[in-house]
Amino acid sequence: MRPSWRMRTACGRRAGDTLFDSRLALGNFPSTFEIKRVGSNSVEAFEKLKLLSRATLAFIFKEGVIVAADSRASMGGYISSQSVKKIIEINPYMLGTMAGGAADCQFWHRNLGIKCRLHELANKRRISVTGASKLLSNILYSYRGMGLSVGTMIAGWDEKGPGLYYVDSEGGRLKGTRFSVGSGSPYAYGVLDNGYRFDMTVEEAAELARRAIYHATFRDGASGGVASVYYVGPDGWKKMSGDDVGELHYKYYPVVPTPIEQEMVDAPAA
Amino acid sequence: MARYDRAITVFSPDGHLFQVEYALEAVRKGNAAVGVRGTDAIVLGVEKKSTPKLQDSRSVRKIVSLDTHIALACAGLKADARVLINRARIECQSHRLTVEDPVTVEYITRYIAGLQQKYTQSGGVRPFGLSALIVGFDPDTGVPALYQTDPSGTFSAWKANATGRNSNSMREFLEKNYKETSGQETVKLAIRALLEVVESGGKNIEIAVMTKEQGLRQLEEAEIDAIVAEIEAEKAAAEAAKKPPSKDSLV
Repeated sequence: MRPSWRMRTACGRRAGDTLFDSRLALGNFPSTFEIKRVGSNSVEAFEKLKLLSRATLAFIFKEGVIVAADSRASMGGYISSQSVKKIIEINPYMLGTMAGGAADCQFWHRNLGIKCRLHELANKRRISVTGASKLLSNILYSYRGMGLSVGTMIAGWDEKGPGLYYVDSEGGRLKGTRFSVGSGSPYAYGVLDNGYRFDMTVEEAAELARRAIYHATFRDGASGGVASVYYVGPDGWKKMSGDDVGELHYKYYPVVPTPIEQEMVDAPAA
Repeated sequence: MARYDRAITVFSPDGHLFQVEYALEAVRKGNAAVGVRGTDAIVLGVEKKSTPKLQDSRSVRKIVSLDTHIALACAGLKADARVLINRARIECQSHRLTVEDPVTVEYITRYIAGLQQKYTQSGGVRPFGLSALIVGFDPDTGVPALYQTDPSGTFSAWKANATGRNSNSMREFLEKNYKETSGQETVKLAIRALLEVVESGGKNIEIAVMTKEQGLRQLEEAEIDAIVAEIEAEKAAAEAAKKPPSKDSLV
């Protein structure tokens, strides 16, 4: 008995998907629905629920790639951490985002970093973003069905210019210009798709990413913490900002001072 | 000495691996092969030993392509060459699959040399008895490259090199006469080097030119004959110019 929203997922997933498959699909839905589906296998489910929260996004524009993410980790309704680093620095010119299992993402990203460095040493030139993402996706494919949970975006700048790939633990690998992964992704997509232009400046692009993450954290209970924004350009990546989304809220919706006297005047007597 | 040249994995007391040296001997007995790197093309030339009348000469190609942008010519045991070439071709495609990029010349040379080295450090196997000349253009930079490997598994890059029969004389000739050339000049230089040790004529030489745009192109016998004729003419003209003025001019 499938909830109806499941049918609308546009990814063409097959029957019998595990909880994580839908988690990593583009166009995810808030975690509240997930909790309902998880009933029987509570221990396993609890473990999986540990990391059900992400708002990560990345997009290519004229000047390079912007990568942004929140920093909340939740275990069901419990927020286990507000300061998780979801953007992993593979090497000085390549970044990876973390979604799904934190351990899996961290380990395999570090492993990818090692492989990239070995490639550099052996071939005397940097590996391309295409090559790096392919290395990772081949590894993940070989572990397919064994329970790895990774939904990552590999972003970087190589000889061919900016590159962005989405790689997941099913072995899927997609090349694209705009991606958002995680429970907050629908909200992030809304803001991102609306405000995106190819020829933005770096500051404009960073601001768009920051707003998109903020809006994702505003509506999705499983996303929050700090919105980090990175920029990847020809000289490598640079962290643009890391703002607490609570403070961003007051920046985007500043408090309008209402005169207190007014209320008191209008209040009905006794 | 007899005790140390059996199993390949054994060093001799004076630091030799005899099997590797014997493999180099096999290479020295193989047909002559030359490679010359130009600015926009690389030329491979191989000596063609006279083909028996009934043999279909087209089935005995000595210059082969490993990928659309890489070619190889070798001297030594042809059967070993076939095996090595097959492995290299697979590796070229495997590389395209794993990093979505064609191989660089250096990468595939390193792979072939690595393979040759592996067989010098295993039990019960003998080294590959061939030296390969590997040419190609790097897919990204477009720079032409020429590499040579040998049975010991070492490799290095060259501007021009020769291997096989009488390779020393060819190399000497190239050292004396090499200069940066392009297009047809590179072909001529390669043929001139080969003609030092091979009977002249299109049917004794096989030439292939690798260019960035067209990949590997084997020259027809007629083309080779034409170039050989040009070279002979140039040689004759040079000889005539060198002749001392006739004695009649002196009193």
